[in-house]
Amino acid sequence: MARRITTTRRITVTAGGWLAGFIIFFPILWMVLTSFKTELDAFSTPPQFLFFHWTTENYAIVQHRSDYIHHAMNSIILAVGSTVLGLAVGIPAAWAMAFAPTKRTRSTLLWMLSTKMMPPVGVLVPIYLIFRDTGLLDTHGGLIFVEFMANLPIIVWMLYTYFKEIPKDILEAARMDGATVGKELVYVLTPMAIPGIASTVLLNIILAWNEAFWTLNLTTVKAAPLTVFIASYSSPEGLFWAKLSAASTLAIAPIMVLGWFSQKQLVRGLTFGAVK
Amino acid sequence: MRIVIGALLGAASILAIGQAAAATKLTIATVNNGDMVRMQSLTDDFKAKNPDIDLEWVTLEENTLRQKVTTDIATKAGQFDVLTIGTYEVPIWAKKGWLVPLDNLGADYDVNDLLPAIRAGLSLDGKLYAAPFYGESSMVMYRTDLFDKAGLKMPEQPTWDFIADAAKKITDKDNGVYGICLRGKAGWGENMAFLTAMSNSFGARWFDEKWVPQFDQPEWKNTLNFYVNLMKEAGPPGAASNGFNENLALFNSGKCGMWIDATVAASFVTNPKDSKVADKVGFALAPNNGLGKNANWLWAWSLAVPAGSKKVDAAEKFIAWATGKGYLDLVAAKEGWANVPPGTRASLYANPEYQKAAPFAKMTLDSINSADPNHPTVKPVPYTGVQFVAIPEFQGLGTAVGQQFSAALAGSSTVDAALAAAQAIATREMTKAGYIK
Repeated sequence: MARRITTTRRITVTAGGWLAGFIIFFPILWMVLTSFKTELDAFSTPPQFLFFHWTTENYAIVQHRSDYIHHAMNSIILAVGSTVLGLAVGIPAAWAMAFAPTKRTRSTLLWMLSTKMMPPVGVLVPIYLIFRDTGLLDTHGGLIFVEFMANLPIIVWMLYTYFKEIPKDILEAARMDGATVGKELVYVLTPMAIPGIASTVLLNIILAWNEAFWTLNLTTVKAAPLTVFIASYSSPEGLFWAKLSAASTLAIAPIMVLGWFSQKQLVRGLTFGAVK
Repeated sequence: MRIVIGALLGAASILAIGQAAAATKLTIATVNNGDMVRMQSLTDDFKAKNPDIDLEWVTLEENTLRQKVTTDIATKAGQFDVLTIGTYEVPIWAKKGWLVPLDNLGADYDVNDLLPAIRAGLSLDGKLYAAPFYGESSMVMYRTDLFDKAGLKMPEQPTWDFIADAAKKITDKDNGVYGICLRGKAGWGENMAFLTAMSNSFGARWFDEKWVPQFDQPEWKNTLNFYVNLMKEAGPPGAASNGFNENLALFNSGKCGMWIDATVAASFVTNPKDSKVADKVGFALAPNNGLGKNANWLWAWSLAVPAGSKKVDAAEKFIAWATGKGYLDLVAAKEGWANVPPGTRASLYANPEYQKAAPFAKMTLDSINSADPNHPTVKPVPYTGVQFVAIPEFQGLGTAVGQQFSAALAGSSTVDAALAAAQAIATREMTKAGYIK
């Protein structure tokens, strides 16, 4: 029997939802507002919310001082590159684990996840030395590989849980009709798992976009993405909050727009399989 | 079609020849402080004089830069041709053989014009290993209007007792005005820069001649007691999490009567675009206790060439340009004398135009001159460095001790407990590192 929902209840729930959403969004809103303030207004107490002298000079300065397009292009290359590579390895791996498990599948999955438990700085020096000797420092290829490795456990885990939800019988039916493993993957499994794959892709792009440790340490100029761009605006000696906010707003803008437009897929994907 | 392809090929080959003939490319790692950012915008002058050298910049925040540059030089990866490093790194890295001595800066470089204290901090065995781009010390910045109101007059060389007394008189907590703002945030370059310099004026030292930590001595107890009591009575709330930026924000919004910090802050607090109190700021030397040492530090952001670089000549040419006298004139011509990088050359301070444009010039010079990195303390010490100890272990050790002192300021620990913990940490680290036999 459906529960009756009274108007008061509906209003309270809606207001509660909006409030929670506003609280979560507030830091980003504050950053965007700060980016339109002068440096003096940026740290004034009490903080000014909307009634201050609006200015776009910070964006002009940031644009003049650094090459935003170059950094943004690098971010896109790294995020997309590592995601494509991740899917190419992750889909077959998750297929094998979901549909042809062996007695070690579970421990393999746990072991893959355990690699995420080590702080990355622990392997900085060995990786740095390998990159130095192979000439991979400050290259797109090197960075894509590192980000792919860092995110692979999450890709495999996510895809594995989605694939598990797909009835084995459908795959068997395809096999009965004479589909090879490759065809089965491409024509049967992938279309059925599109929401799951889409949310994996989105999450992975967001993770790769925000990855700051490796990108800061392994790049200098050529492959430096937006994380390096932001790092050049934070300063322990000097208050440049407005400029830093402008740089950060520019840096997160593309990924926010992407998230905005794809939030339906993202939510559907993340809750996919929650109800059996 | 053939013509088009031919033309394209021709153009490509011309480009290729152009590429081959052009240009040694220098990759320069630098901090994002105002003076450095300005240098990047003025490099057309360098390129006009050196068309065969191209410049490529990596501009980062200080701590990120330090980590990156250290990884690079320690692994000899050679990603950078010119490094921006401070007076802490130079003696350590020079001793390890990681830096090229700067012998060929050119005939008109005039190395003797460099301020002696700064030059000493960047040299090892009489050889210069890094050229100073800008130098800084620390001094007292104070609000002239609040001093007038309280009937106080700041001496040019204040004592700690005067500072404490004045801070208490100015404090007006009901109106959100605090007598003094000092660093409290834990970190070797944060509260420990200030407290180590302060302890020098109290006669304290980090280590005795045999590298035994001295936190159990009365001088350190006096220092920390004085600091904690002063901040409790006349400091802003939550001071234990304040660093340079937080105090700058407080001072600029009119909430501090005095602030003792880097001389580079002078240009921020007197700039009406950034500060509400720009026309009400006075300057004085960092305080002392009559023991012959002021509580001021010494730092210079400097340019160095990593050992193993294949572009030493080009790198030295660039360094000579960026830290030479000509660069000061260039900045003055383009952006005015007040924006010239301070604290490196005696000739700048003798320049009447500079003295006129920068009211804090004399105080900066006197502050730098009164710091001696080779004899930083009242009692003898085995180390160099004024607000730090120039050993590789200091970054970790300084931060660990800084956390203890920050806790004492926050009230979650006592002065005695913090000093005892600092002594234990330092003894353990120094024994482990082999300094204490």
